[in-house]
Amino acid sequence: MSAVLAAILPVLAAVALMLVNGVVLIYMLRKVLGRLHLRHGPLNVGPKGMVQTTADVLKLLSKEDVIPTGVDRWMYVLAPAAVFIPSLLAYAAIPFSENLRITQLETGLLFTFAVLSLVALGVLMAGWGSANKWSLIGAMRAAAQTIAYEVPLLLSVIPVVMVVGSLDLAQIVQAQSGTWFGIIPRWFVFAQFPAFAIFLIAALAELNQTPFDMSEAESELVAGFATEYSSMRFGMLFLAEFSNSFIMSAIAVSVFFGGWSLPWVPDSVIAPIAPVIFVLKTYFGIFVFMWIRGTFPRVRIDQLMTLGWKWLIPITLGWIMLTGLVLKLGELGGAS
Amino acid sequence: MSELHDTSYEPGLLAEGTFDPGERPAGIKRIPRGVEHLATEHLVVNVGPQHPSTHGVLRLVLELDGETIVNAEIVIGYLHRGIEKLGEHRRYHQLGTLMDRGDYMSGIHGELAAAMAVEQLMETEVPAKAQWLRTLMSEINRIASHMVWFGTFGLDCGAMGQFLYAMRDREALIDVLEAVTGQRMMFNYVRPGGVLADLTPEMESAIRTFLRTIDGYLDEHDALLGGNEILQMRVKGIGTLDRETAVAFGLTGANLRGSGVGYDVRRDRPYAAYPELEFDVPVGSTGDAWDRYTVRMGEMRQAVRMIRQCIDGIPEGDIMAKVPKVLRPPAGESYACVESSRGELGVHLVSDGSDMPYRFRYRPPSLYSLQALEEILPGRMFADAIMLIGSIDIVLGEIDR
Repeated sequence: MSAVLAAILPVLAAVALMLVNGVVLIYMLRKVLGRLHLRHGPLNVGPKGMVQTTADVLKLLSKEDVIPTGVDRWMYVLAPAAVFIPSLLAYAAIPFSENLRITQLETGLLFTFAVLSLVALGVLMAGWGSANKWSLIGAMRAAAQTIAYEVPLLLSVIPVVMVVGSLDLAQIVQAQSGTWFGIIPRWFVFAQFPAFAIFLIAALAELNQTPFDMSEAESELVAGFATEYSSMRFGMLFLAEFSNSFIMSAIAVSVFFGGWSLPWVPDSVIAPIAPVIFVLKTYFGIFVFMWIRGTFPRVRIDQLMTLGWKWLIPITLGWIMLTGLVLKLGELGGAS
Repeated sequence: MSELHDTSYEPGLLAEGTFDPGERPAGIKRIPRGVEHLATEHLVVNVGPQHPSTHGVLRLVLELDGETIVNAEIVIGYLHRGIEKLGEHRRYHQLGTLMDRGDYMSGIHGELAAAMAVEQLMETEVPAKAQWLRTLMSEINRIASHMVWFGTFGLDCGAMGQFLYAMRDREALIDVLEAVTGQRMMFNYVRPGGVLADLTPEMESAIRTFLRTIDGYLDEHDALLGGNEILQMRVKGIGTLDRETAVAFGLTGANLRGSGVGYDVRRDRPYAAYPELEFDVPVGSTGDAWDRYTVRMGEMRQAVRMIRQCIDGIPEGDIMAKVPKVLRPPAGESYACVESSRGELGVHLVSDGSDMPYRFRYRPPSLYSLQALEEILPGRMFADAIMLIGSIDIVLGEIDR
């Protein structure tokens, strides 16, 4: 019995986390964009409009599930799940603190990227199955974009992995404890800044966020791959998008910003509030995504491809070589 | 182009290609099994009349090869109300009301053109103060209209913030216009013989308050959108209209000046109080979307300059000439044109001596701009099409009339 519980509880926790996250993040997006746009965002439902998103989710749940005639039925019906499930799986390896995580994976970083890349498959199914021209263009853009940006995204974390010597996210976080000269935290964002910059750009593209929101591009493609979706199927696509921002931001926090640790504060103080620190850092990352979303125009698809293939990938490869060289030289220096 | 009209629904739209692969490319010995029928096809998409970025009810039928536009066809008429015909059954006083509903973004300019055409027929002398007020209101309306263009231009490329910042500035101007004319968009302020109402001291101070902040705001807008590397990547070099093409299409306004032809009705066929004002006419060089952007931004700054001169220079006097209650101009023809926010807005009137025009013709500058769009779309990416619609700044109200 307890074995079954131990298996089910983490899954339930992940689902609950994802839903709560989605609701909180949508409210946050509305408020942040509202502030950036000289307007208020939701105000009336609940104190400061806090219950607005919950009301919207309930509304979506109670709506009729419209399946347009002419769609590829199986693809259309399964696509939201194909987007939602990988997004849920990605929570598995996120280390909220030293002990608090759903499962410990030696290859946590790789696993998370692997499941996130499956999202593109669901988007492609949604766009193809909808039998709508806008959806189709959106899905094709999403596929091209995700394939192009998967490469620099993965390459950008490799220098960090080389330094730490592990793909386990918790070990990467632990490698960042302490400070240099007592002031600068040993976060990889400082030592590996080019890697972080490329990670940020590639993450925005991977998440379909402005300035790379090609597959939705509401001023061009109406709503891109989600055009034909309504009711909770749309809700699932929408929630998955926010959940993916959370995952991506959590990876950025773990790999580049010291995860649950804080510099200058002893571990004994941090230990009880580690998950809170982690979530706050992650939310700050998401805030940066929203900030960019409220400000930037969108690039064109060919410019996006040029940036990915001709700039980001060569730069990351060069950076990997440089990191390797420095590591090897350090080893040789240590040996002699 | 007849196949473009066929937008009937086809389930599984890329079902089976009718594409003939032709000669096998050299070096390929064998086509793998199962791909003999794979072929590419052009996709015909119907953009609008209900689409987020067609600025009203424009419909574009685009033939796409991947994301590249092969053919473009513009379909208009979804907002046709028969303004010209309606004008033939209205008294001369009422023409302004119709003109407001043509180019609804810059109503003052339309009213002014109609009033000037009637005054030409009647040979009415308009008092100096009315001329200055017309100029002032025209320029206020020009900024308000350009702010909408600016905001939607940002919106077209996905930058939502700029739209709301532009709306903030437009709001201040619309408030002034509302205070003076009693309406936010359909002003009916310029009447044959003069204008409806004078400025009160409160309105004057409202305009001065606006003038204090607008320069900073314009710099901010320009830095936020025009200074953005991504926007420059998007608009530089696209939609180029050279001088000859621009003239051949009959473009006017910022679209023509962007192509390097310095024709501005305010300077070259002066009307109202423009001869007494100092202003420059911004002109572009290559005629691409970026030039049209910079010309419009420059025009807003010039408009601010003119508002400053107007508010200090308004003479004393009457705001309305002595005109009869029912206008019965002598038989004849007249043509009056003004520089509206979108170009040369002309009104041609034919009078038969009765109290209604025999013929009322409205020259909408956007219509000519829109025709040039068909020229610049093929060969561009689909995302460019949206930017190009934004860059020529059309109002469907005046195109369809």
